[in-house]
Amino acid sequence: MTCDVCKNNQATVFLTQIVEGKMQKVNLCESCSKEKGVSDPTGFALADLLLGLGAAQEIERSGGMQKCPTCGFSQADFKKTGRLGCSNCYETFNDGLGGLLKQMHKGTEHVGKVPQRLLKSLERENQMKELQRNLRKAVANEDYESAAQIRDQIREGEVPN
Amino acid sequence: MPIHNILTNPGEWLRGDGPHNQIVISSRVRLARNLRGFSFPGWAKKTERLQILETIKARVEELTEMADAHSVYSQDLSALEKQVLVERHLISREHAAKGVGSAVVLNKRQTLSIMINEEDHLRLQALRSGLQLKSVFKMIDKVDTALEERLDFAFHPKLGYLTACPTNVGTGMRASAMLHLPALVMSEQINQVIQAVNKIGLAVRGLYGEGTEALGNLFQVSNQTTLGEKEDEIIARLHKVIEQILEHEQNARANLLQKQATKLLDHIGRGYGILRHAYSMSSKEALNLLSFMKLGIDLGFFNEQCRQPIDELFMETQPAHLQKGTQQKLAAEERDALRADIIRTKLLNFPLPDLRTARDQPTPPAE
Repeated sequence: MTCDVCKNNQATVFLTQIVEGKMQKVNLCESCSKEKGVSDPTGFALADLLLGLGAAQEIERSGGMQKCPTCGFSQADFKKTGRLGCSNCYETFNDGLGGLLKQMHKGTEHVGKVPQRLLKSLERENQMKELQRNLRKAVANEDYESAAQIRDQIREGEVPN
Repeated sequence: MPIHNILTNPGEWLRGDGPHNQIVISSRVRLARNLRGFSFPGWAKKTERLQILETIKARVEELTEMADAHSVYSQDLSALEKQVLVERHLISREHAAKGVGSAVVLNKRQTLSIMINEEDHLRLQALRSGLQLKSVFKMIDKVDTALEERLDFAFHPKLGYLTACPTNVGTGMRASAMLHLPALVMSEQINQVIQAVNKIGLAVRGLYGEGTEALGNLFQVSNQTTLGEKEDEIIARLHKVIEQILEHEQNARANLLQKQATKLLDHIGRGYGILRHAYSMSSKEALNLLSFMKLGIDLGFFNEQCRQPIDELFMETQPAHLQKGTQQKLAAEERDALRADIIRTKLLNFPLPDLRTARDQPTPPAE
């Protein structure tokens, strides 16, 4: 049996994990098991390793962007580490991650705690974007009365409270 | 307060006076958080990591909860000191491997530990003795709320808190309890329990990771998923499952006393004999025998005064704790000899187990 990671060497380490009744098996060679921390059982969660494998397939299938424009993290990096580069990677690799998160978690949407201060600033950002859009529309329609109103609203919103 | 004081004083959870502390050693909740607009620690360049570290550290030190805290940069801790913190579950093994660009902030009672630039920018952890997941969560939630006033966390309206590893995304929360389950192991029911717990999406690990034969009959139960469920729902679910495991363990103890009393007494008596008279002992053997002593105390074979010394030995016989008093690093054989010495000394004035005074029935779980 060959190693699932390098697909090269003879596998000598066999791992089995049961997650929500689903059995997952991984076969590793000596050097890959060391690299993945399997020889050191304390620091090792099989899920991480499986994440690396499953994630690679998911992301390749999606054929999404090669690199995160914010941090330069690539699919290959994700494949190698099972970790992402920055919070924007969630947008960059969204297509592949979606399926992965679905397999991994109970749901696909966060229903827990929301940081209140951040939420307010996000809402304001969205409101401003909406106003800018309306302003452009009004100008394009030569509806200068509305445009002036919207412009005032934007000015008001820009004043930090 | 210097790190030395933290290292020499046992934390709150080691004194073990929380609810159900005979079986539930400790409850722990950790939250993973990251700053907006920075790369995660594993991908950030050194200068960026240092910038993140200083930004976060200053904000953390402002917290009222951390008024008596001690912060220490990873590079200022020796390998042994880091290992002591790992053995106390105050830092993760991953954090112990970090050098320049990481730090940990610990409060005096050692109930709060904030790791900076571990796998995520922030790992906030609260740890207490006994089964008190709800109050432990409240503790760390308060710290998180105070921090989010001061720092911009990476948060996505649909995905929640964004983390370096997709397994933590959403709440970023991992809640766990450490359980002492000797009777379930002895009666060979433990695998059934582990399978049942796995089936409902919770993870069971030994004190030192995967594998069913956990050292010292200690097991960690934790939530596996973080997305699609509220924090208090996760906590409530975990709490309920732990209460059930607790009940199973108590039933298994009662059963052993009734049906296999000789076997049970033999284990405890032998454990006592070996601990009391050995001159060389590995940490694995020590944990397993101490587990029988702890069970013996729970069942009334030893008096209550024996509890604290035994609980202390669980920690003091771990490799790093063992060596923190010695000047140089010890070879394995020297450690085993020192471990046996410490145990013998501590057990010197222990009374013989009184096998007749065993309590008739362990009390059923409360609530």
